[in-house]
Order: sequence, then structure tokens, then C-alpha cells
Amino acid sequence: MAPGWGGTLLVGLLHSLEIAIGATCLGLLIGTAGAFGKLYGGPVTRDLLAVYTTVVRAVPELVLILLLYYAGTDLINQVLAAMGYSRVDISGLAAGIFVLGFVQGAYSTEVIRGAILAIPQGQIEAARAYGMPPGLMLRRITLPAMLPFAIPGLANLWLIATKDTALLAVVGFFELTLATRQAAGVTKAYLLFYVAAGVLYLAVTLFSNLLIGRVETWSRRGMPSVKEAR
Amino acid sequence: MSAEATAINMAARASIWLKPHRIMLILIALGLVLCAAFFMRWDWLPQYWEMGLMGIWRALWILAVTCALGFALAVPLGLAQAGGPIWFSAPAKVFCTIIRGTPLLLQLWLLYYGLGSIFPQYPWIRQSWLWPYLRQAWPYAVVALTFSFAGYEGEVMRGAFAGVPRGQLEAARAFGMSRWKIFRRIWLPQAFYRALPTLTGETVLQLKSTPLVATISVIDIFAVSSKVRQDTYLTYEPLLLLALIYMTITGILVFVFSRIEARIPVKIG
Repeated sequence: MAPGWGGTLLVGLLHSLEIAIGATCLGLLIGTAGAFGKLYGGPVTRDLLAVYTTVVRAVPELVLILLLYYAGTDLINQVLAAMGYSRVDISGLAAGIFVLGFVQGAYSTEVIRGAILAIPQGQIEAARAYGMPPGLMLRRITLPAMLPFAIPGLANLWLIATKDTALLAVVGFFELTLATRQAAGVTKAYLLFYVAAGVLYLAVTLFSNLLIGRVETWSRRGMPSVKEAR
Repeated sequence: MSAEATAINMAARASIWLKPHRIMLILIALGLVLCAAFFMRWDWLPQYWEMGLMGIWRALWILAVTCALGFALAVPLGLAQAGGPIWFSAPAKVFCTIIRGTPLLLQLWLLYYGLGSIFPQYPWIRQSWLWPYLRQAWPYAVVALTFSFAGYEGEVMRGAFAGVPRGQLEAARAFGMSRWKIFRRIWLPQAFYRALPTLTGETVLQLKSTPLVATISVIDIFAVSSKVRQDTYLTYEPLLLLALIYMTITGILVFVFSRIEARIPVKIG
């Protein structure tokens, strides 16, 4: 095994993590907006959001990635051309974050919507009775109160995001799986590199699980524990 | 009489559902579809029609086989984790963790490129009756997708087996049933009913994983659309049609499963 390939794999892992973090953040933004749109929006907003979440969840991620990857870069270039600028090369990182974030947004919309519905209604009514403006209520009441209900679902989505980055290998973005494929193809040590990449992915998952456990207990602070409730 | 009542009921439901803004949205959607039909190029369709049907058939076949095999594997995995001794439960847990912790694409490539490069080195494998199959891509695809389904569903079955009330099993034992009969008549059916709602989601997820097999040269519907894109230099048309096909299959799957779920007694445990 050439000494360079281990480093290549780690660079791939770094790119995977960058995309996963970016996509999860973008997904959270879309998801929060989408959940509020679905709960408090007008009828047209609700229907459009229903179409968004249904379509994204019914079509394979691979097809969506191809579609959005080509459509997104094409659209941006056409807009730029119409405005009189020259075409630009969209970086793979930005495109990957956009595409996966769009997919994640549909799933997190549903998770956050469910979590907001799980907040005891009295808390939101009390906030309204205090005369809180919507922005303050969102920041002080709704978001913190929904967090313990949303965290298991969002944690799941984070794990899915780390694994979905592998799909970007199909459109040629250099992340862990594509790095592995290149390393394995050059050295012919297929099994070694694929197992190494599997261990890296697994390490990310297990480490995330540790962190998620911490975050979950933190977000549930001050709430009665489930065990005592029985 | 009852037919009339259902007709009125359906009309009422339709009028609730068909609000003015929905009619507008549907009209806009229809307009978009018509625009796509007229202004995009669809002249390649007749040429690839048969290949496409073949691809859909192959994707569905892979879906059915891997779901069936995967569920058959998930039952012992779940059982071992729910009530097995440690030398059964530990390996099952490790298997589920590994499958759920790594991307399916990587597992697929590990099997196809990794194991596929190991096998030819051993003469006794090359001379065995398995060799004609091991040289093709689809066995690797089936094995990878089966393991993936088993890994996710095994975790679900663990919860389902553990969720069956102890009293049911104790009552069965009090009746003098043998362990196998308890499993067959009481434990498995009740766990299955519990797992059924998640089974719909898992099957849809599995359907959405099937296009990955195109990356190891199995010609499913996704591979057909890639071929159309390469041959005709069209970007959007094949992908849009592909998305529509997957949405249709998902819709049918969800409908069929909801009908099956409606037949199952609701109150369990």
C-alpha cells in the first residue's frame, strides 16, 4: 500500500463531512421554514409544501441528485447568461450541499412539524397571551420546546446525510467513496480500501451516536424522565 | 342504498378536497405537464420502450426478491437480539450496526469489486458450479440489497419481538405449547403485526435503493435512463420520466400496503 492513499481517503472523508454538515444545516433551515409553512401558512403554501415533501420522499435520492445537480447548475448559468455575465463552474461542494440539503429539507420538514405539534399547546398559548411577537416566540418558546421531540428524528437525518454523501460519487464529486474507488482501482487492493472506508463511515456513525446521546440528555434537561413517568 | 350513501360521501369528500386554489394548482400542474410534453423531446421513447419495460420489471423483481429474503433474514436477527443468548445477540447486533452505519453504495462496491476481485484467485471457486453466477453482477446486487434490508428490518423486528407482551408468551407456555409452536403461533404473528407499519416505509426505502445496482452494471430502469441520456444527449427528459416512474411505483406500493394493513386487526397487545 502506497503511503499516499491513506491520506487520500482522509481527504475524501473530510469532503464527505463538509457536505454532510452543510447539507444538514441547509436542510434544517428549509425544514424549519417548511414546518412553519405547513402549520401556519396559507392554503397554497401548504399544498406546495405537501407536493415538495411527497415528491422528494418518493423519488430515489440518486435520481434527485442527478436531476438537481444538472438542473441547478444549468439554471444558475442560464440566469447568469441572461444577466450578461459569463458562465461559471459551480463547485462540486456547493452543488452537493445544495442538492443534499434540498433532499434533507423535505425529511426535516416532517420531523420538525411533528415536533412542533408535540409541544403542549398551553405553552404556545401562554406565550401568545404574554403578547410575544412571533419572532421572539419562535426563538424563546417554540424552537427550544420542540427540540427534545425533534432530536431523535434529526439525529437519524444526520446519519442518513453522512451516508447519502456517498451517492455524490456517482456524479463524480470527490468524497470518501469515490476516493476509495480510485485508490482501490489504482492499487488493485480492492478489499482493503473498501473495508477501510467502511470502518471510517462506521467510526463517524458511532461517534455521532455518542454526541447525539449527550445532546439528547441536554435538550431534555428540566423535563421529567420517561422512566419516572411510568 | 349503501352505494348511494358512499357516492354522496365521496362527493362530499371531493368537494372538501377540491377547493378553488387546488383547482388552480392542478391546472398549473397540467399546464406544466403539457409544456413538457410539447416542448421537450420525446421522440426517443418508441426506440427505448421495450428496454424501459424490461428495466422496470428487473427493478421490481430485485425489489421483491431482496425484500422477501431480507425479511426472512431479519426475523432471526431480530429474535437473536430480542431474546437470544449473548453469542447469538452480539453478532446480530454487530451485523445490524455495520449495515446501518455504512452507505449501501459502499457495501455494494465492496461486494462487487472487493469480493469479485478475490474470487477468481481461487481455482476451486472457478471450477465450482457457482462460478457462472459469480461472474455476473446481479448476485452481488441481490446479496447487498438483501443484507441492507435485513440490517434495517432486523432492528425493527428486535423492537417488535421485544414489544410482544410477556403475558401472551406465558399464557402460551401455560397451555403447554412447545417453544417452536409458541414462536410460530404467538410470537412471530404478533411481532409481524407490530412491524407491519414500518414495513411500508422500509419497502419504499428499498425501492429507492434499487437504482444503485446500476452502478455495478445491472441493467435496471435507472441504467436504461442513463443509456438514453448517453445516446441522445438529453439531460432532463429521461430523468423526469424516471422520477415519474419511481413516484408511480411508490404510490402503488403505499396503496397496496395500506390495503394489507387495513386487513390486520388494529388492537394488538
